[in-house]
Amino acid sequence: MVQDNKLNLQEHLLDISNLHVQYKTDDATVYALNGFNLQVRRGEKIGLVGETGAGKTTMALSVLRLLPEKIGKVTAGSILYGNDNLLEQNEAFMLGLRGRRISMIFQDPMTSLNPIVSVGNQIMEVLDLHAPQMSQHEKNERVDRILSMVGIPPSRKEEFPYQFSGGMKQRIVIAMALIAEPELLLADEPTTALDVTMQAQILDMMSRLKQQFNTAVVLITHDLGVVAEFCDRVAVVYAGKVVEQGTVEQVFARVRNHPYTVGLLNCIPDLESTAARLVPIPGQMADPTQLPAGCAFADRCIHCMDICRQEAPKMYEQDGHCILCHLFKERED
Amino acid sequence: MYLIKYSLKRLLMLIPVILGITLILYFVMSLAPGNPAVQILGANASDEQIAALEIEMGLDQPIIVQYIHYIMRAVRLDFGTSWINGSDVLATFLAKLPNTLMVALVATLWAIGLGIPMGIYSAVRQYSLLDYGSMVVAMLLFSLPAFWLGILSQILFCVVLRWLPATGIGGWQHLVLPALILGANTLAAMIRMSRTSMLDVLKQDYIRTARAKGASKSRAVLKHAVGNSLIPVITQIGISFAGCIGGAVVTETVFTIPGIGAMLINAVKARDIPVVMGSVIFIAIIVGVINLIVDLICAKVDPRIDLAA
Amino acid sequence: MENQKTQCFAERSTWQLIAFRFSKNRLAMVGVIVLGLMIMAILLAPLYMPYDEMIRQDVFNKLHPPSAQHPLGTDELGRDLLARVLYGGRISLFGGMATITIAFVAGCIIGGTAGFVGGKVDTVLMRIIDMLMAIPPVLMAMAILTALGNGLVNLIISLAISQIPRFARVVRSSVLTLRGMEYVDAARCYGCNSLKIIIRHILPNGIGPIVVAATLTLGQIILSISSMGFLGLGVAPPTPEWGTIISENKLNLRYCPYLGIAPGICICLVVMAVNFIGDGLRDAFDPKTKN
Repeated sequence: MVQDNKLNLQEHLLDISNLHVQYKTDDATVYALNGFNLQVRRGEKIGLVGETGAGKTTMALSVLRLLPEKIGKVTAGSILYGNDNLLEQNEAFMLGLRGRRISMIFQDPMTSLNPIVSVGNQIMEVLDLHAPQMSQHEKNERVDRILSMVGIPPSRKEEFPYQFSGGMKQRIVIAMALIAEPELLLADEPTTALDVTMQAQILDMMSRLKQQFNTAVVLITHDLGVVAEFCDRVAVVYAGKVVEQGTVEQVFARVRNHPYTVGLLNCIPDLESTAARLVPIPGQMADPTQLPAGCAFADRCIHCMDICRQEAPKMYEQDGHCILCHLFKERED
Repeated sequence: MYLIKYSLKRLLMLIPVILGITLILYFVMSLAPGNPAVQILGANASDEQIAALEIEMGLDQPIIVQYIHYIMRAVRLDFGTSWINGSDVLATFLAKLPNTLMVALVATLWAIGLGIPMGIYSAVRQYSLLDYGSMVVAMLLFSLPAFWLGILSQILFCVVLRWLPATGIGGWQHLVLPALILGANTLAAMIRMSRTSMLDVLKQDYIRTARAKGASKSRAVLKHAVGNSLIPVITQIGISFAGCIGGAVVTETVFTIPGIGAMLINAVKARDIPVVMGSVIFIAIIVGVINLIVDLICAKVDPRIDLAA
Repeated sequence: MENQKTQCFAERSTWQLIAFRFSKNRLAMVGVIVLGLMIMAILLAPLYMPYDEMIRQDVFNKLHPPSAQHPLGTDELGRDLLARVLYGGRISLFGGMATITIAFVAGCIIGGTAGFVGGKVDTVLMRIIDMLMAIPPVLMAMAILTALGNGLVNLIISLAISQIPRFARVVRSSVLTLRGMEYVDAARCYGCNSLKIIIRHILPNGIGPIVVAATLTLGQIILSISSMGFLGLGVAPPTPEWGTIISENKLNLRYCPYLGIAPGICICLVVMAVNFIGDGLRDAFDPKTKN
């Protein structure tokens, strides 16, 4: 048993357990994460799927400890990174971690770059911060290398963000995130703001870079198609909880799924299917300021039972495929 | 090179603006009731004297001809003479300008030097005591009449405490109070402007990007936020400096400084039209040059502004 | 419960929402109360303070410090300062409001025409306005005053004209933004004529920034009127005005500071109240700008 635990520790690069995060504003308290659990292994590509407001970005910001000051607060849980609980580390430790061991790509490439600093300098800043001993010459070389790797001519590094297109800006952001060869990359909807051809290019590029640096990637998205193509594992997030987790094969096999995942899968247009139309999920996501006592999905669930409204569901697991739903508990019994 | 080209282009564009202003002013002034010849010669002048002066001044000609004559003379830097004391308008203006510019410059400099750091610090520590404090200061300085502040501080520092000279020009001691009072409004504008701008910048995604790269909070502020937040503030500096030249009317009266503000107020009271017209035209040129300088600085800070285009 | 709440919000009109947000702004409400009290005191002054009696020159009672009979003391001519401040407020305050009203109406007409008609009219109007913007407003007002001659009405007209370019700019830009909006196109599509579009669609949506600009400028205008009064432009001496009161007591301030304190504080209070209201309105019209 003890040995088993140790094995787990070594295996997991990131282990978020029972994380609770609240946003407090003048008007209301938003319960953004409510017992969020996620494990990421070294070199693994995991997709985090869910609607807008489900708490995906909050998770990433919590890991970096960059939640909006004074508003966002972690109220419970732990974030183990290697053997360190990030929630207990001081700011100096986090400064060494951010950008060096954990990088993040933000959603909107148009606003993620400082408009008045040249892109070369913005990329090089990562090295300035994390490799101060490196010579200027070597830094320049590293910047040139990463730029050509993401497909931007190094000769353009003196230029400013406004001189690049959206797709190019996103590649610059990715270059910035990867130049320090991090162990974990949190990619928050890196392709949402881009058109479809750009999307494919960016994903392809991230795949290649991942292979090169063996970086673990958490891909935050609401696009299941992207996940099926790119990821090894999927975690479905609903109202601040991971409601289903498994390999891409397990989840997309559509054998056993959380009702919410079923709904998401039904929203993917399928060219081969004979079904005439997509099936939307009825209703809206539970109000994160007033979460129900039982399952947060109960109001929208077609399989909703009495117990769903009274008790929070427990985890049902089979071969590492986890589902958080009373439905399967019932069947097991 | 393109800087010089751009500056020349901007200065050339100033010419039609000045011509337009002159035209508008000239027609407004021509609406003024009363006969300038009578005004100059006094009520006791004989009809012949008045008629002779009218012809000499060209008042018997149509207004448009008078305007063209005015422009023709202005091109040769002849803006006429004062109706009150007969002195040359341009020469008098240039003689008094340094006094005004000096005070306005010192006022603007101290207001920038204090106001921008205050505003930035208030934004970084929003809702702190210092934030509330500087907002109250800004609000007060916006609402206090400059002449009142001027008189009260004059009584306190010059009459009661005798620390500073009350009036006139001379050493730096003479500059202290006028510059403080004149800069008060600019200080308020700087605090509010840089605070608002900084708060806006701090919310931007690229600040979060910088933090995610591993930059500390202070580094993110200094390296990424300050530069961006200054762009709108620089524009405001130009507006405030122009405002200081307008505000000189009050400070120069209170502290009896022989500058263009004091000259202007006397000219307005005496309805000395050549002096008023000339001064307004010169100040419009100065404001145009200030705006040019501001735009050049903005282009230096913000790479998105392309002066060559 | 939840449904009721949403319904509530839906039923509230935009104006009610703005009023609601405004009433939630504490500083703005302080401004409203202060300004309201001062206007009341100034307007109702004749009821409790016979002016002629109070300002009668009384050399035996000159430069009296504040007392029960003269709460703010008397000036060098023995006139009651409180009475002069109260009656002076009429000019400072209502002169400012008159100025803003003129500038507001003229700015709306010019800016609205430029924005709505567009084309050559717009180009010509905007060129003229750009020219006038090159002159600091105080100087422009002084130049116009030179032409018109000294006097209160002329001062108000001059100050108003000096503000028209800025108002016209604000109005034009908000008309231009709104003219491009889809709902205006939609209104035109279902057959609204221009006048109806202006009244029903452009005015209600564009009035916000203009009202905010007007309120925030009002404070500066009140300051300008009293500064001009202090400099001897505008009202003629026996008529009280906050700036002139300070000016005429200038020489006695050292030994009788109370003569300058009260009118100065009045100016400051009014301007601050107006600025608070202006800031409150801005936040109420556009909650996004609130920090």
